[in-house]
Amino acid sequence: MNVVPHNQSFRSEELLADVIARLIGDCRHVAVGNASPIPATAALLARERGNGRPYVSLLQSRKHNFFTDGARELFDCAGQGRIDVFFLSGGQIDGQGNVNLVSTGSYEYPKVRFPGSFGSAYLYYVVPKVILFRVEHSRRTLVSKVDFISAPGANAANVYRPGGPIALVTNRSLFSFAAGRFSLASVHPGHTVAEVIENTGFDFDRPATVPETPAPTPETLKLMREVVAPQLAEVYPQFAAQVFGVGTAAVAG
Amino acid sequence: MFQLAKSLDDALATVADGCLLVVPREVSGVPMAATRALIRRGVKRLHLVALPTSSLQADLLIGAGCIETLETSAVSLGEFGPAPRFIAAVIAGAIKMKDATCPALHAALQAAEKGVPFMPLRGLIGSDLLKYRDDWKVIDSPFGNSDPIVLLPAIKPDVALIHAPMADRFGNVWIGRQRELATMAHAAAKTIATVEKIHDGNLLDDPVLAAGTLPGFYIESIAVTERGAWPLPLPDFYPADAGHLAEYAALAATAEGFTDYLERYVYERRAA
Repeated sequence: MNVVPHNQSFRSEELLADVIARLIGDCRHVAVGNASPIPATAALLARERGNGRPYVSLLQSRKHNFFTDGARELFDCAGQGRIDVFFLSGGQIDGQGNVNLVSTGSYEYPKVRFPGSFGSAYLYYVVPKVILFRVEHSRRTLVSKVDFISAPGANAANVYRPGGPIALVTNRSLFSFAAGRFSLASVHPGHTVAEVIENTGFDFDRPATVPETPAPTPETLKLMREVVAPQLAEVYPQFAAQVFGVGTAAVAG
Repeated sequence: MFQLAKSLDDALATVADGCLLVVPREVSGVPMAATRALIRRGVKRLHLVALPTSSLQADLLIGAGCIETLETSAVSLGEFGPAPRFIAAVIAGAIKMKDATCPALHAALQAAEKGVPFMPLRGLIGSDLLKYRDDWKVIDSPFGNSDPIVLLPAIKPDVALIHAPMADRFGNVWIGRQRELATMAHAAAKTIATVEKIHDGNLLDDPVLAAGTLPGFYIESIAVTERGAWPLPLPDFYPADAGHLAEYAALAATAEGFTDYLERYVYERRAA
């Protein structure tokens, strides 16, 4: 992932951040949770392009986080509909948009244990646009049915749920999500539809011709590398160093 | 008149075996020196509530055998990878896990803060978390028309343990914008704070500082512990010790390596 293939001028992370920035679109407030360096890159990129719009809240950041009423303020904000876009990943994600951040095997006797559900069992319901991202696109991560539902893709009609998934971004492709199903929206440069089918554990819809994901423009890459990357280093020093070569000295003090 | 604790161990005396202890997330100031002191003392059977997540602190306490029940939304070392002792303990069934979601823990502590028995929360319905939490109930909202909603019982900790930039000699503790530390203190029967330094004068006399101050009214004991969050960060004051965290992640990957870590950095009273 850290090597730029000889036939392209951008890294995989840069392409994914560009895709996610387009999905964010025009909105007022994007929040980014834990362990989400690519969505954080995308949110900061969207803010740079929008001259300060949207507001960006990086949960673990000091600088890119305006909350003053403690960690609960983010969730209270979301509950009121004051967060427009959020991101979730999962150890497993299934074709119904269910996300598993807890474990595989049975809950009592897990085979693999993941960190835990974080805010997913709430934010997935109340944030209108939730973008799923999972860099590793394989039958291990994209499964027909998750072993544990941290947060469901959909609910019964009477359950209060203004939010939910709109898309899934992986290292191979972009899926859109509507009416309880994923649909293949584009395949990233260097990847194929056959490869996506081969590596996806759930059924999905696809058009007769699947477009290629557009590469980031030189302007976008310049913005990401020169303006966004130094901001990112405060929260994700290792990622910023590995992907953008930004020194960690920026975070000290 | 409030008295500062004579030592860190004295300050921690009320953290009894088997107590319900609440601790904050990594970016709010984690009392790591106090955590090492508790491990050295051999505290047992803690019911740890990590608000709403934890990293090194929970992993260390679990690996050292101090935890009976863990109630949190996630444990991870962030950019340094999975929390190895947490994962090993869950897979081995060595701790009782009460998996939660972040706002559920905030809400349950807010219920305790208000002295009410429960708090309602959106979300959760259809999540398997609910299936394994028989203490969480779903009701039909009495103000709605077929509107199911989850009720969470109040979490009333015996002790809240925090680390903050400074305190004064009146027992007031300055927490700045880390307001979840106030929620924890309001909800808990007792609050213990370690602090970087003592502020001369009364924090409540300065209106700018007073807004970020937790009144001594809530505080049981305070110990001055310089670099008390090390190797975790104290945001605005010092960053995480990345080299040390990488070393921890490597050592804690095995039970033997973890024991080695404890010997070198916990029992030896080495470093900050």
